[in-house]
Amino acid sequence: MAYVPLADQEQELHHPHSWVTKYVFSQDHKVIAIQYGSTAVAVGVVALVLSLLMRLQLGFPETFSLIDPSSYYQAVTMHGMIMVVYLLTALFLGGFGNYLIPLMVGARDMVFPFLNMLSYWVYLVSVIILMASFFAPGGPTGAGWTLYPPQTSMAGTPGHDWGIILMLASLAVFIVAFTMGGLNYVTTVLQARCRGLTMMRLPLSVWGIFTATVLGLFAFPALFVAAIMMAFDTLLHTSFFMPAIIEAGQPLDTAGGSPILFQHLFWFFGHPEVYIVALPVFGLVSDIISTHARKNIFGYRMMVWAIIAIGGLSFIVWAHHMYVSGMNPYFGFFFATTTLIIAVPTALKVYNWVLTLWEGDIRMNVPMFFAIGFIFTFIHGGLTGLFLGNVVIDLPLSDTYFVIAHFHMVMGVSPVLVFFAAVYHWFPLMSGKMYNETIAKWHFWLTFLGAYAIYLPMHYLGFLGVPRRYYALGSTDFIPESAQALNANITIAALIVGAAQLLFLFNIIWSLKNGKKAEHNPWGSASLEWQTPDVPPVHGNWGPKLPSVYRWAYDYSVPGAHQDFIPQSTPEADEPTVDEQHFDPDHDQSKADI
Amino acid sequence: MSFIKQVTNKPWERKGIIGPLRPVGAFPVPAEKVALSFFLVVVAVIFSLFSVSYFIRMELSDWAPRTEPAQLWFNTGLLIISSILFQWTRNLLKRGETRNLKTSLVGGGVFAIAFIVSQLLVWNKLRAEGITMTSNPADSFFYLLTGLHGLHLLGGLWVWSKTTIKLLSGNAEPKDIRLSVELCTVYWHALLVVWLVLFGILANT
Amino acid sequence: MALAVVIVILVVGSIIFHFASPWWFTDIAADWGTVDFVIDVTFWVTGFVFIAVNLFLAYCVWKFRQAPGHKAVYEPENSKLEVSLSVVTAVGVVLMLAPGLFVWATFVSPPDDAYDVEIIGSQWQWQFRYPGADGVLGTADTQYINEANPWGVNPEDPNGQDDVVIDGNEMHLPVDTDVRGLLRSKDVLHNYTVPQFRVKMDMVPGLVSYLWFRTTASGSYDIMCEEMCGIAHFMMRGNVVVEPRADFEAWLAQQPTFAETQSVAAPSVAAGQQAYAACATCHGPNAEGNQALNAPRLAGLQSWYLERQLNYFKTGVRGGQNDSNGAMMAPMAMGLDDNAIRNLSAYIASLPARPATGTITDADIDNGARIYSRNCAACHLDNGEGTWYTDAPHLAGMSDWYFVNQINNFRQKIRGAHANDLYGEQMVWMATAMADQDEVEDVAAYLNSLR
Repeated sequence: MAYVPLADQEQELHHPHSWVTKYVFSQDHKVIAIQYGSTAVAVGVVALVLSLLMRLQLGFPETFSLIDPSSYYQAVTMHGMIMVVYLLTALFLGGFGNYLIPLMVGARDMVFPFLNMLSYWVYLVSVIILMASFFAPGGPTGAGWTLYPPQTSMAGTPGHDWGIILMLASLAVFIVAFTMGGLNYVTTVLQARCRGLTMMRLPLSVWGIFTATVLGLFAFPALFVAAIMMAFDTLLHTSFFMPAIIEAGQPLDTAGGSPILFQHLFWFFGHPEVYIVALPVFGLVSDIISTHARKNIFGYRMMVWAIIAIGGLSFIVWAHHMYVSGMNPYFGFFFATTTLIIAVPTALKVYNWVLTLWEGDIRMNVPMFFAIGFIFTFIHGGLTGLFLGNVVIDLPLSDTYFVIAHFHMVMGVSPVLVFFAAVYHWFPLMSGKMYNETIAKWHFWLTFLGAYAIYLPMHYLGFLGVPRRYYALGSTDFIPESAQALNANITIAALIVGAAQLLFLFNIIWSLKNGKKAEHNPWGSASLEWQTPDVPPVHGNWGPKLPSVYRWAYDYSVPGAHQDFIPQSTPEADEPTVDEQHFDPDHDQSKADI
Repeated sequence: MSFIKQVTNKPWERKGIIGPLRPVGAFPVPAEKVALSFFLVVVAVIFSLFSVSYFIRMELSDWAPRTEPAQLWFNTGLLIISSILFQWTRNLLKRGETRNLKTSLVGGGVFAIAFIVSQLLVWNKLRAEGITMTSNPADSFFYLLTGLHGLHLLGGLWVWSKTTIKLLSGNAEPKDIRLSVELCTVYWHALLVVWLVLFGILANT
Repeated sequence: MALAVVIVILVVGSIIFHFASPWWFTDIAADWGTVDFVIDVTFWVTGFVFIAVNLFLAYCVWKFRQAPGHKAVYEPENSKLEVSLSVVTAVGVVLMLAPGLFVWATFVSPPDDAYDVEIIGSQWQWQFRYPGADGVLGTADTQYINEANPWGVNPEDPNGQDDVVIDGNEMHLPVDTDVRGLLRSKDVLHNYTVPQFRVKMDMVPGLVSYLWFRTTASGSYDIMCEEMCGIAHFMMRGNVVVEPRADFEAWLAQQPTFAETQSVAAPSVAAGQQAYAACATCHGPNAEGNQALNAPRLAGLQSWYLERQLNYFKTGVRGGQNDSNGAMMAPMAMGLDDNAIRNLSAYIASLPARPATGTITDADIDNGARIYSRNCAACHLDNGEGTWYTDAPHLAGMSDWYFVNQINNFRQKIRGAHANDLYGEQMVWMATAMADQDEVEDVAAYLNSLR
């Protein structure tokens, strides 16, 4: 077959005729993105409510009787699993990945639009299965989001019959959905870039999403494998993970299996999963910071290398979740070392974000508030990771509230701040409307300060030794009464932050209808997604002719240019001439071999 | 351009269009093939992780290895023939020949179906001997790995059946199915390799 | 602008919070000051980075905010700067990691002459085993576990016969001793944590994990389970008493060896029957209970449970302040010696268990069933029969009014809060599964209806 370059191919776009094919079974990546995003947010709201129920129990254990021990553990489990997999993974890859990849690489759509649509619907099925477990006999599983055997399928765990099966089924279906989407994202980035768009001209958002997708494709199989074997253990009583054990006084008919094997598989997925969430976040925030600082992202090359390095390293650090799991403790030396090595590229990213602000021309637009808030919370969360990664410190701190505080800071608050930054940043493109800035700023202050008020003190509960996953503390000899007061304050802060999200939902929904009409490219962004002929971009994105790319995505405040950004699709000819005074021979265009 | 050279470029230094219509770094094959390659890597990861689990589980005390039934050798032969037929179909299409095309395409699928049926017969025989999913972890793994491999093959057969129906019903010219057949061929070879590795592991432990 | 100020305030506030916080590690009672040292080093390094980077961030946000005539500087990269920053970071990482790995090396290799103690976890109790006179622990396995041998000690292994076994949540350790804890689980994952010892390790069914520490301070410390182990995870508590060696030896000498626990003479039911005559006045000739006298049904309860409760009444663990009904029982138990308690309990346990007459009429039994199966059945089993394994008494067909009384006592910490009530605290908190009086009655009616 003769080779036809994809970018130039008149793609057979699926032409929607009815409302159903346009907005429901749509193959347009932008519609699918919004479907993915809103489903993820909806299920995230469920998880948020669960967390508030947990906080009420922890903050005021003798005042509220909203949940019993059983539902507490179910809330713990579902909150964790929903947030990590069904919200954050789906949101950044299914949502922003879908929306931004074709626009940022100058393609008309994903390379497999039908598969893309299928991916969303399969994802929706996985969400429905997961939600169904709330109504199943016995309720959802309460085994903790890590689903460690043997307890997942034992009588002492809530949802040990229906709940866990539905959870495993839902995860398997989710992984199928993710694989469909993931193959699409990867192939689109590799094959469907428009003319002139080399990999190193891609915005960091695409690099982050691309690398995260590759991680996901390699990491989710581990969860898949673990889920299958666990399903057999639960349904057929095989002994993949089940050793000889006693259940309520009676021996089970299993023997010899290894619970630690499950943990290895789980974390071989689980740790890359952290970066499946984090890398897109790194990418998105880089672009937002650069745009609103009116300055190129500082050290683009190192930023790309850091993304790749972090992605690679994330596959050899998994057992740092298992320092005190009873695995061979000598593994600790290796995993502590690899874990702390990851700190170097990660720190470099933080430095470069700050250095992008250095000598910038910072516009304090709403997305920038969230982006800077992210830098602060990410520094905090990253540094506490150095405690937990250093194997010895894990001895007192693992399974305490320090861990909870750490990963919520680094994997909860930080990505969510970037999610808000990204929504506020791309909302004018997605909807053609502006949001209410005052409400958005209130939303920022309440969320940012509130989240810090939740999680900073929580680290100190951890130092104190307060264990995680406790429905109630009871009486101990090492936790002072004042810890309960601290817990109550954390709960109040959590309620405020939770309520503040209503501002966000209101603002978005209200602005969709009543928002001021957005200007074309209101932030003056140089990257390709803002250069579509229509705002919001229509099906097919680019009108009759695909764009060509003449420069990298960060030509901000270029010396001699008459405006402070030059879009990627602006040819050199249209570039204003360089005035003699600032002539820089390094930038002499005639030298570039084209 | 090599990957290293690509990512060490200073992208801000060079303006203007770089490269031809095909973006630099894209593979000179249809997107479907790129996607299939990534999918095969995913499949490889799945089976590798199962194999690693197998080796770890094997070390534990209650493992009772079994001699695999000889019929598996016969099944392996069926799968090899199936793979060869797919390769043949692909070559015919590449050369633009139509003679034997239908025979080879149908034959490739039929041998794959025969493989699956024969695998099921092995399951049946083992079950009759009291070797079940729960009799021993070694047996659990046997059923799990063979079953999962069979499922992957069924997925391939779904694509094969669509292609074959298109060709036989005359709705498609041979050139229209060339990509499908090429993808199937790659997939079949990959599943053959997976099977050979699995068989090797099962038979030698 | 505001954000720059807020970041500075947050940095300063965090520092103040840190130094003013009363919430910090509890006093150390093991020789793991090195762990605390690594934490301190990490705190200094990360604290410095936290302050430096955030202040720089705030400075940039303030200094380079948009202003008329202000333009950003075009600077794609500065490799030298980026490399030096990476190198500095790497140095900081090494600074933290190196001492960490050294301490870990100590942790993974316990001294050869450490004192071995076996710690066994199960849903949601602790048991312990000490080597006997021969200094060696006998082998153990899940297959040997039964009511008489909850530790799973191999009865055929001669090394195990003199092992000292503890079937309770309290362990003792000598002070100033290297102790190696050998950790076993009978069912799910558990974790042995004593915050004062600074170290913890999971207990995994099917294998023996270990940790070690040198005890340095006498005292009594909580043992916590810190690996999710099911619904009562948060109430899987134990106690470790660290005491001078002489006291420890004395305590150990009082505990039974494995062989002794396997050869206890059977209690005399006949003697128990004679002794029961005194109880029958209130509890009825067939131990069926009498609400008028506040005497609950006893028939159906397991002998080990009756023994434990009689001992609690005898030693003042139950029947103390505010427990007026319990106070009536306490003097009855005072006069019984250990043997009498065993005989009596065996007799009552042998009586046929007829369900007590229900007294609650307007309860929602379905709701009771729902609450029970979600929260209670994990220990007391679906049919309400209870089991020795979770130390859960038989509840099916019990006196509903008595159940309501006892749950209220648990909720008000009249029962279960005594330091020597090893299992009572679990009920104090599990009882909160019933949100209000109505729900308590629902569950009571449901239990009464179980046959």
